[in-house]
Amino acid sequence: MPDRYMKVQRIEHGTVIDHILAGSAFDVLSVLGLSNDRSMSILINTQSKKGGKKDILKIEDVELSEQQANRVALVSPQATINIIVDGEVVKKFQAEAPKVVRGILTCSNPNCISNQNEPVVSEFKLGSDKTHRYVCTYCERDLVDVAKRVCS
Amino acid sequence: MRNVISVHDFSVEEINDVLDRAEGMVSIAKGEADSDLLKGKVLACIFFEPSTRTRLSFETAMNRLGGGVIGFAGTEATSVVKGETLADTIRMVSGYADAVVVRHPREGAARLATEFSDVPILNAGDGAGQHPTQTLLDLFTIRTEKGRLEGLNISLVGDLRYGRTAHSLALALAKLGNTINLVSPEGLEMPDEVVGYLKDAGMFGTACHSPEEVISNTDVLYVTRIQKERFPDPIEYERVAGIYRVDPALVSQGPEDLIVMHPLPRVNEITPEVDALPQAKYFVQAFNGVPVRMALLSMVIGGD
Repeated sequence: MPDRYMKVQRIEHGTVIDHILAGSAFDVLSVLGLSNDRSMSILINTQSKKGGKKDILKIEDVELSEQQANRVALVSPQATINIIVDGEVVKKFQAEAPKVVRGILTCSNPNCISNQNEPVVSEFKLGSDKTHRYVCTYCERDLVDVAKRVCS
Repeated sequence: MRNVISVHDFSVEEINDVLDRAEGMVSIAKGEADSDLLKGKVLACIFFEPSTRTRLSFETAMNRLGGGVIGFAGTEATSVVKGETLADTIRMVSGYADAVVVRHPREGAARLATEFSDVPILNAGDGAGQHPTQTLLDLFTIRTEKGRLEGLNISLVGDLRYGRTAHSLALALAKLGNTINLVSPEGLEMPDEVVGYLKDAGMFGTACHSPEEVISNTDVLYVTRIQKERFPDPIEYERVAGIYRVDPALVSQGPEDLIVMHPLPRVNEITPEVDALPQAKYFVQAFNGVPVRMALLSMVIGGD
């Protein structure tokens, strides 16, 4: 198929985040905290070869580090990260949910002490079960709506 | 240094250790024996929220062990009204005392306090979060009155959403091998994370809206107050206030050796007629706060 008919063109340099949970692409963008001047493409609810729907995010001229990429797992644990150089995939790995998240999120409990004017950094620990939930170290509540909790 | 922040931090062995020590403190707590175990030590009790039992029983516990107490109840006469952070207050107070008891309206406050203190922190309630010393005295009361602390059917009644004592207690009782029934008005059900824990531990009994449904199969009826101060919406409070009333008729439907507990203060959840029944244990429970807090203070300050 000629490139001009493709939904989204391939990128020469950058990062492609594939297999994002359908409808979560904007949440992934939120947790990555990338500036608005980046060139990027977003596919939402596109067909997955593995069946079902998925989102894809292509970010030009940015190579995400593993640490950055693992933030993606906060909202979409199944996502895969592809680093593209000169049009080729040079590195591919699955985002891994961090065991501890410090500083980048705020607690969803408005009455948590970490949301007050105190000199502390927020901290969340990955629960021991398979539900992929994060628990606030301070108030011990589950973190909800993760993408909305990214520190501005 | 040992802090007492959350019931999650205690293993079953540690819980039993605290309760054993508390048993040994009862005669001192009653004033029948003397102790100078903590002579020369100072306890700071800083209460950013109202409290009667917790504060007084901590102070009594420290005095009975020969130590001294400093602190405040209410923030009106402190630098908090000038905007001082909890972190700074803790840094300062921990320099004056050998341990600090904190009650604060924000969840996680006691955990935060541990990061800024050189001495042990004891959580005396953080918002709608944890209240571990209340939990330990509840466990002590159940063990003393029932003769054991496992294999019991415990029914928690009342505000299970905002009632912090109910959260801590449910988790600890499940950890010790007791089945938990949850009785609450609609909208005030136990938070999902607590219910999830009970289910995972295989200790979830039933959840319903009426104590009559569980009373015949209950060893311990633990009643809590509907806490007006925790309600964001006064209309919502009026809807559920007074919905449960434990009276002699309800108590008579339970097993003969049923016990009725309440962390107090009560409003009208338990009628005064119940007070004279042998099942009523809530004032014994309030007294038990002293030996249990003595046990904890001896452990964290005495290095015992």
